[in-house]
Amino acid sequence: MAVLARAEAAEIAGALLHDPPALPGWRCLRGPEIGLAMLRGRAGGDGAAFNLGEITVTRCTVRTASGRIGHAYIAGRHLRRAELAALADALMQDPDWRDRLEATLIAPLAAAQDERRAEAEAKAAATRVEFFALRNTRP
Amino acid sequence: MSSTAPSQDGLALPGFAAPVADAQACFRAVLDAMAHPGRIVAAGAGLRPPAPLAPAAAAVLLTLADADTPLWLDPALAAAAPWLAFQCGAPAAALAASAFVVTTALPALEDIARGTDAVPEAGATVILQIAALGTGPALRLSGPGLAAPALLAAEGLPAAFPSFWARNRALFPRGIDLLLCAGTRLAALPRSVTSVAP
Amino acid sequence: MAYVAVKGGERAIEAAHAWLAECRRGDPAVAELGLPQIAGQLGRAVDRVMAEGSLYDPELAALAIKQAQGDLVEAAFLLRAYRTTLPRFAASLPVRTERMALRRRISAIFKDLPGGQVLGPTTDYTHRLLDFALAAEAPPPPPAARAEAPAPGREPVPSVAQLLRAEGLLQSEPVAAAPDPGDLTRAPLAYPPARDLRLQALARGDEGFLLGLGYSTQRGYGGSHPFVGELRTGAVSVEIVPPELGFAVDIGEITLTECQMVNQFAGSKTQPAQFTSGYGLAFGHADRRAMAMALVDRALRAGELGEETGAPAQDAEFVLSHADNVESTGFVEHLKLPHYVDFQSEIENVRRLRAARADAPAVAAAPAAAAEAAE
Repeated sequence: MAVLARAEAAEIAGALLHDPPALPGWRCLRGPEIGLAMLRGRAGGDGAAFNLGEITVTRCTVRTASGRIGHAYIAGRHLRRAELAALADALMQDPDWRDRLEATLIAPLAAAQDERRAEAEAKAAATRVEFFALRNTRP
Repeated sequence: MSSTAPSQDGLALPGFAAPVADAQACFRAVLDAMAHPGRIVAAGAGLRPPAPLAPAAAAVLLTLADADTPLWLDPALAAAAPWLAFQCGAPAAALAASAFVVTTALPALEDIARGTDAVPEAGATVILQIAALGTGPALRLSGPGLAAPALLAAEGLPAAFPSFWARNRALFPRGIDLLLCAGTRLAALPRSVTSVAP
Repeated sequence: MAYVAVKGGERAIEAAHAWLAECRRGDPAVAELGLPQIAGQLGRAVDRVMAEGSLYDPELAALAIKQAQGDLVEAAFLLRAYRTTLPRFAASLPVRTERMALRRRISAIFKDLPGGQVLGPTTDYTHRLLDFALAAEAPPPPPAARAEAPAPGREPVPSVAQLLRAEGLLQSEPVAAAPDPGDLTRAPLAYPPARDLRLQALARGDEGFLLGLGYSTQRGYGGSHPFVGELRTGAVSVEIVPPELGFAVDIGEITLTECQMVNQFAGSKTQPAQFTSGYGLAFGHADRRAMAMALVDRALRAGELGEETGAPAQDAEFVLSHADNVESTGFVEHLKLPHYVDFQSEIENVRRLRAARADAPAVAAAPAAAAEAAE
């Protein structure tokens, strides 16, 4: 789910909709719909929780013709992406689909996301700094 | 995510076909009913909630109930609980703490949230499912918004309903608001209705 | 205060809105601003609008900035209005800032801190000279330098505050027994509010107001000798527990800036000497906001820490009633709306008093005014 939540709709659609075997039909049981989640932090980073502010969230639940139910909750307002992610979630529970989606959808997306993360880490590492305190030279 | 999680049995039936438009239409219907006590309006046509929850009652909940409105469900309607939890997200709560009370029989008024003088809007909205609206014995409703008493025919209201309403009215501005639902029909008795006579 | 409805002016209002739309667009010969341009190139404005609008959605914040012609308070107002139209699905699990994918992490109190210091894309060491190269269209800058990350992977990096707490040098944070913190968007603030509500109000407070208050504590109005224990910016995962699933799911990442301010505290007869802390957490890359929030959070803790109070920044009612710029702008700006009836009654009073004074004999006027002033 973390991988699908960070993917673009086109990326999910690419693996899901343009690839045989034919997809089972599906219908939405709830959504896709946009709402909010209240984001929480902790005082001092590790103390009591407090409400920081809200974030937009899109959710969707689908049921495939074969009876599998899939859910998606995605930060932001992305109706199409949430529906496709829910469909992928439903299909991932189907033994016929699980391995192929793992290979054609999840693994490539995860690799691309890892690469983006590594890129940011490498840039951050280039700004890593060692500060030196100057010795007091007065007698 | 996995399908082995709790309450998947609530997912068999969908909610509104067009969530935004259908909820707006139902909101308008409830508004009409509240503004014209005793008027019968249509709600929930095309909706198939788990039996025995009436489509009109289900439509009202899909429209008005959400995670911020605690809900008490009559055990006789328990079959609809997972569906309501999934579609509305309203948390199940004790009767006295609920913003919505969905029931087939009126609980004692004292057991329902009636609000306080400082916060009268905290009084619950009671959704009472009855056998029929438009047939059965008629009630005469009077109050603000009604130039002449309105006649409401309802089947399945308890005989003691006029005295229940008189006690509710005595609490004003506290008290409960009542939505009567039967099939896809709905009528409202806002707490401003001053008298209900057989 | 009473309000009286006025009618009329529809045509003038429509014309004003049409002119506003034209002004917003500006010269049609100049390319229109796209939302990706605002979100991508005015990121700090977007971060501020998300914080003060109390809604994390960079696209919507960019739209609000465009619609408000860059008026960030108006843009925050637009976001606040939008969020009221949406149902709330869930509350997140508290974000784990020690697991942040760090873009920036600095400390002003330890030069060698475990995990190291990372400057990130900061303006701190720029010379604040206008860069006229940016005024002309130019090819994109060369890509930022890259270096091998010393600890690739996702190991948590404890904050300086957590390290100090482990040694007992910094007061530990009490963890509340109640699982759900107070929410000022659901119940109005009652005074004095607990720290969870104070932090929520500060997190959406006006940056300028927080900055001024934070500065006032440094200038002696409730000072508490602050040090930046740590300032970090980066991406954190957001997790919610949907009721129909019953377990946590990761719904994506957001960028946050966290400030751990470390402040002096002398100790007392019952407590050994210990540092205390103020905390700031802000949407996006927002050093100034997070630091100001941490200073004010610490100032508002003065009472519970047994310190002398009385400075403006230590007065929760004063700070929290005036920190919200959407409330402030609403009440200030409503003054320009019609108050014709209010003012009519005032002006009649003034005319009557002046007439009474003109009618009275000159010798009697002075003592009467003095008596009134003494009332």
